[in-house]
Amino acid sequence: MPSSLPLGDPAPEDGLLPAQASAHAAQRDLGVYLHVPFCRVRCGYCDFNTYTATELRGVKQSDYADQAIAEVGFAARALEASGLPARRVATVFFGGGTPTLLPAGDLGRMLGAVRDAWGLAPGAEVTTEANPDSVDADDLMALADAGFTRVSFGMQSAVPHVLATLERTHDPARVPLVVQWARDAGLDVSLDLIYGTPGESLDDWRRSLDAALACAPDHLSAYALIVEDGTKLARQIRRGEVAEPDDDLTADMYELADAALEAAGYGWYEVSNWATSPEHRSRHNLSYWRGADWWGVGPGAHSHVGGVRWWNVKHPAAYAQRVLAGVSPAAGRETLDAETQRVEDVLLGVRISDGLPIAELGAEARREVAALIADGLIDGAAAVRGDIRLTLRGRLLADAVVRRLT
Amino acid sequence: MSPRATKALEPAATDPARIRNFCIIAHIDHGKSTLADRMLQLTGIVQERDMRAQYLDRMDIERERGITIKSQAVRMPWASDGETYALNMIDTPGHVDFTYEVSRSLAACEGAILLVDAAQGIEAQTLANLYLALENDLEIIPVLNKIDLPAADPEKYAAELANLIGGRPEDVLRVSGKTGMGVDALLDRVVERIPAPKGDATAPARAMIFDSVYDAYRGVVTYIRMVDGKLTPRQRIQMMSTRATHELLEIGVSSPEPTPSKGLGVGEVGYLITGVKDVRQSKVGDTVTDSVKPASEPLAGYTDPKPMVFSGLYPIDASDYPELREALDKLKLSDAALNYEPETSVALGFGFRCGFLGLLHLEIVTERLEREFGLDIITTAPSVVYEVTTEDKKTVTVTNPSEFPTGKIDSVREPVVRAAILAPKDYVGTIMELCQSRRGTLIGMDYLSEDRVEIKYFMPLGEIVFDFFDNLKSRTQGYASLDYEPAGDQEADLVKVDILLQGEQVDAFSAIVHRDKAYAYGVLMTGRLRELIPRQQFEVPVQAAIGARIIARESIRAIRKDVLAKCYGGDITRKRKLLEKQKEGKKRMKMVGRVEVPQEAFIAALSGDTERKEKDK
Repeated sequence: MPSSLPLGDPAPEDGLLPAQASAHAAQRDLGVYLHVPFCRVRCGYCDFNTYTATELRGVKQSDYADQAIAEVGFAARALEASGLPARRVATVFFGGGTPTLLPAGDLGRMLGAVRDAWGLAPGAEVTTEANPDSVDADDLMALADAGFTRVSFGMQSAVPHVLATLERTHDPARVPLVVQWARDAGLDVSLDLIYGTPGESLDDWRRSLDAALACAPDHLSAYALIVEDGTKLARQIRRGEVAEPDDDLTADMYELADAALEAAGYGWYEVSNWATSPEHRSRHNLSYWRGADWWGVGPGAHSHVGGVRWWNVKHPAAYAQRVLAGVSPAAGRETLDAETQRVEDVLLGVRISDGLPIAELGAEARREVAALIADGLIDGAAAVRGDIRLTLRGRLLADAVVRRLT
Repeated sequence: MSPRATKALEPAATDPARIRNFCIIAHIDHGKSTLADRMLQLTGIVQERDMRAQYLDRMDIERERGITIKSQAVRMPWASDGETYALNMIDTPGHVDFTYEVSRSLAACEGAILLVDAAQGIEAQTLANLYLALENDLEIIPVLNKIDLPAADPEKYAAELANLIGGRPEDVLRVSGKTGMGVDALLDRVVERIPAPKGDATAPARAMIFDSVYDAYRGVVTYIRMVDGKLTPRQRIQMMSTRATHELLEIGVSSPEPTPSKGLGVGEVGYLITGVKDVRQSKVGDTVTDSVKPASEPLAGYTDPKPMVFSGLYPIDASDYPELREALDKLKLSDAALNYEPETSVALGFGFRCGFLGLLHLEIVTERLEREFGLDIITTAPSVVYEVTTEDKKTVTVTNPSEFPTGKIDSVREPVVRAAILAPKDYVGTIMELCQSRRGTLIGMDYLSEDRVEIKYFMPLGEIVFDFFDNLKSRTQGYASLDYEPAGDQEADLVKVDILLQGEQVDAFSAIVHRDKAYAYGVLMTGRLRELIPRQQFEVPVQAAIGARIIARESIRAIRKDVLAKCYGGDITRKRKLLEKQKEGKKRMKMVGRVEVPQEAFIAALSGDTERKEKDK
């Protein structure tokens, strides 16, 4: 089962936002996230809001694009009616689930709806996630033609037994192929890796890193496996069928990744993300950490506009019913007060290499800065220049740093 | 069942010849409260519809634990052979910690029902109370309870009782508190066998206080046994130990709810209310007299209860300190044996050093603080009183390891007790092994019956307060029972073992132990703490030391990873909630220097529960 939604205030049916959401909005980027809640099979570790055919209770994947398009139209009207200025969209991100389970034509139509509603800013970043076994050369060409600029492949690992534990079905040999096809279509390429899978050794991880780097992507994400309650993997660990990931080993893996990527010319810009140059950083990803505005379209999707966060109903059937009736699909929302906003600014800002301006910290947190330098968790030179920037050790202990600064 | 007495005798006008004062001596779980319930019903003073289980046990905590902490007296009418009598049942506390209170309750009676579970036989603690009853010249009526149980073996235990107190096994009554079987015969036996009280009705009033209870609405309710003279409402009375005088606002009997009367005369048992708010002004064992015409001599037997076991009580949340102080002040109103003074611990902050009668008393007080006052508290390892003489011949009384002198020590004296352990004979070997390992000296062994033995040891009290009873229970599958009484003190080769986290001494973990066991204690505690303290952002050495000498060392490795790899599709709310939860968890940590120590580590390390962390995983 997908994880549960946070508790919050009820969300109004008209989707109108409180006045605070429009303050300084012209200075913030607007992004759109489009969720595609379908997968061919559910992977054992995944607790994302996604559904296989048998879990869909009669919802048809072929109807989905129109539902998402309905929400895009609703979003544009709600933002305008809430008094937000007209902004062209800076980033679009199709995530899932597996967006490429939908025909490229559907994805193109959804992107077209975004373009019709707000317009795309010059040089807009338009990404879709894809599984290596869910796309071919023609699909990628079609996506590029539709206006996509970037594709992020869920490679996860190059080692068969690791992929098997993760229940990923693709053939690792296919990864270099799809990367080449994406290049041929003129798309930027990112690869996603997972480390810390039960049974994965440091050598296995090195093989995956080497294989990923051999594809020469523009961007690479490496996420430590998180064992989420309610997943099949969590049950297997509880029953003792697979070993729990070891924190010390995953720390070794992170350090190995950082060293290998730095050596290959990739720079970290967020705890789990590296890029060949600042231009190849994922701007959509960064917008989450920088507190930009984005509208999340689709079942279970999260949105943020000017300190107001909301999240949609999770099941595709409930979602379809709402959006087709012209009603907000939001299940709940929260309006951040100044203190919560301050905590979030630290929580999010600390994770990126641009750093968090020390000037934005409260007096108590500023007193902690020297100790963080002394403990080797933040960069002393950056702090002297006015920013909190994590060291390698600090990136591995980022949550502890956040606790000390909030 | 209908009551036999149609009209009860009136208090203050009852001929002592028609009064019977008795108590019930029984071990926890042997069914005393249930038997008392049947008596209340049989004598008609509690109607069927008002009945609730364990009627006399007022506090929740008593009812839940099935033990009686506060004794009370109930006056019940009973007709036997055509005469009406007033039976005063004095409920006694049933635990070793409350020996003094028990002795005062016994002193208020002429007889005692010795109640023994027909499936278990007599326990060590019951034996101690029986001994006290015999010392007070009480008439003993032996009774086997729970004879309705399938496991009951009345023949065997009747023989054991007859063997113990004299008489024949047939004279041992058999009852069931549960069904009421045999209870009427027991009340007849009380009338027949227990002597009527004696006293001088014309002498100045003398009454002994055998219990004193704080009531939120009425102030202190004092339970008394009249010996000489008479007390009446509005009279001015005097407490003979303090010379304090009070006006009698109300005097009466419990039957079982408080019922005001015109007074109390010779041999009667009842309560009085003066409006005082603190049980210390109405001390158990003290003598009440008339303030205008006082008696010249108080009744014998009064002593101040002396704390035997000390422990530090600290609020988990430091800001709860004022609440803890207020709660202790309130508890003191109803618990004269509790004493405390402010104390500061480097590790735990501000708290109180508290003296208790024993371990159960400690447990009851901490439970009441948590339950009645909603406080989360840490108790430090229980300690006893040491007399430490330094090389320059100065003697210091140490109730807390942190007071142990740092310089050269000439000698240390520790309290010893005479411990009596009752158990089936198969366990003698393992019990002796345990007692020897706790520096016990065998006094002797008695066979109570063919297969039950009483083993007596001299033992340091300090060895008993550190998980001795748990050990005893687990070695004997719960069959052994323990009783102990103070038996002076002795010199011993004791040292203070300190525990250091990252070089900083954690006073809450310091302990005074025998030199031969210091190393074992150090290894045990450092090992436990390594398991219980979560990894920090730096390595934390955990050491045990005697003075400057390190005797054991462990190390908690630094944590290397504490970061969530990603946020879930922009679900920042979830990440923030997680942070809030983590911060909430940190608040429940105590900072020792820079080391975050969870409360559970203190509790588990001190209680001996080492397995907890492993089990939780």
